[in-house]
Amino acid sequence: MAHLIFMGYRDNDKYADVPQELKLKLFAEVKADERYEDYLYGCYECGICVSACPSARFYDYSPRVIAQALAREDLDRFYEILADDIWNCAQCFSCVRCPRQNNPGGLVTLIREVAVRNGLKETREVLQGYSRVIYKVMLKGNQVSPDMLRPDFFPDWGPWVAEFSSHMREWRLAIPTETMRGVLDASWKTDPKTLRELYYIWYSTGNLELIKEIDPGLHGLIAEVIEEELAETEWMD
Amino acid sequence: MKTATVDLDQIQVRKAQIFPRGPNAAVAHDLREELFELEAKGELIVQRVPEPYVEVKTKFGRTKKIPIEHTWHHKSCGQCGHIPGYSTSIFWLHRQLGLDYNDPTDQTSCTGWNYYASATSNAVAQAAVMMRNFAAAYETGYFPMIHCGTSFGHYKEAREQLVKHQDLRDGVRRVLDKLGKPLVIPEEIVHYSEWVHAMRHEFAKRQVFDLRNITACVHPACHYHKIVPEDAIYDWEVFGGQRTATVTGLIQALGATAADYSTWFDCCGFGFRHVLVQRDFTRSFAVQRKIEVMMMEANPDVVITHDTGCVTTLDKSQFSGKVHNFKVGVPVLSDAQLAGLAMGAHPFRILQLHWHSADWRSLLDKLDIDYKYYWQEFQDDLAKIRSGEKEGLTWEDSDKPIRTKN
Repeated sequence: MAHLIFMGYRDNDKYADVPQELKLKLFAEVKADERYEDYLYGCYECGICVSACPSARFYDYSPRVIAQALAREDLDRFYEILADDIWNCAQCFSCVRCPRQNNPGGLVTLIREVAVRNGLKETREVLQGYSRVIYKVMLKGNQVSPDMLRPDFFPDWGPWVAEFSSHMREWRLAIPTETMRGVLDASWKTDPKTLRELYYIWYSTGNLELIKEIDPGLHGLIAEVIEEELAETEWMD
Repeated sequence: MKTATVDLDQIQVRKAQIFPRGPNAAVAHDLREELFELEAKGELIVQRVPEPYVEVKTKFGRTKKIPIEHTWHHKSCGQCGHIPGYSTSIFWLHRQLGLDYNDPTDQTSCTGWNYYASATSNAVAQAAVMMRNFAAAYETGYFPMIHCGTSFGHYKEAREQLVKHQDLRDGVRRVLDKLGKPLVIPEEIVHYSEWVHAMRHEFAKRQVFDLRNITACVHPACHYHKIVPEDAIYDWEVFGGQRTATVTGLIQALGATAADYSTWFDCCGFGFRHVLVQRDFTRSFAVQRKIEVMMMEANPDVVITHDTGCVTTLDKSQFSGKVHNFKVGVPVLSDAQLAGLAMGAHPFRILQLHWHSADWRSLLDKLDIDYKYYWQEFQDDLAKIRSGEKEGLTWEDSDKPIRTKN
């Protein structure tokens, strides 16, 4: 019974078929991140993180279980967290209220990185539909842009989106800030050199390669642009 | 059985007393000391806060310097892309005060929104994006001022990691060396809302609309005060120092009432990935845990916050709440827009209220601002743009306040 309460036990062992060696390898990757020691100190089981957590109110999700499972090195529960739980986190970091100074939101970030790096099937599924954002952020250096505000993307934002969409060009020209005026496909005007520097960061840090694990098609599109731009620079040797 | 109970009045009196921080109080860790040590070893350059600056107190009593001008504006992609009146108001406030600033094109977003949403990045890449932007600012001689709450939080965290981890510094240095850029970290990481807070009394001096009849609820942005929480501004005079003073301090300085509500600590529901691909969570949380609670407990005329995602989420989520008969229907603005409104910024040329979804008309009515007149002015601007008479709006068209002080 104690196990039920403390470890957020789930009665369907969804990932029993996943080899223990794989679970161990992935857990070792998480622990090898140099930020891991900064984010996990232990757990009092006080539940303060859960009481502050927005996702805990809406999902079967608990930052306390994450801290607990990692601290106790519970491989099976870790794998459930890796495959499913992490994507419920809102990354608001309300959980850093922890009196033990844990950072469950930070742990989620590390685990997500491992899930992405290893191209887990569940991770690829979760990130489906997110591709256009990755495309935008990697090539434009902006997360969002005015031309993303379309009624079919944001139907729940009401008739305002259609109103905006039909006036997008002129509304953007009617902004006095020079760097924003008239820009539709990014949030502001960015120098071509600045973008090439950003592309070099994605290329040289392995960030570009990472996308291949998640979406090979998207990776192909982005890599073509980045490699063509970088070929013009003196940074490639 | 005897029970010992304490009278509620006694508890309230006790709670109202301020605990003075004495000489023996715990000393808050000051990361800048380590930064200066790294600079002394030749590992990096620390960009100093330019004068003049305002000194403010942070959560555990450290004094933080907020530059008044000569600032390099690290814009927010969500603000510039979807709420352009937010960034435009920040610039307009600088212009009204005649302050020197730099609005760069040599800037990328922090890319932190994507990182918190999808983790399709890594620590070196994220720190390198930050350091490329800081180097770009340093090259201009201007000091970075961060518009986005997430960029602010993300950069504070990345700075801490860079200071702690030599491997990370080396990895980032290899990238920046190749780009021919120095490794520079600013002495302070400054959020624009801290500048708004530092300048609030200057704004009040230039106020042309009376806000004494206005009640506002504040949503403190999570990535402002929860990530590296010791670096956010606190003030004994604002909620007894129990929550960040930014935003609330401005509302009070402008004479409006900052009304409390029970879910102030909750996030807005943005969720990073949720607002883009799983908005059922975002809508539900924003409406049920934030807007409806504010409406029931404080019935505000406006909600004021200080981050990109919070304005977007709290504003745009109200449509679905209305469809389902939740108690919603309150305008959502940033602190910079509120300051602009009080100082007579044009509602459409500067505040760009037409980009907001929740109805803002009730607020303007209460301030006796004839929004129909100013909307018509803006429509005339658009007609000139459509006809080709004007290429677009300029600061020259927009700087002048709609009302001036007598």
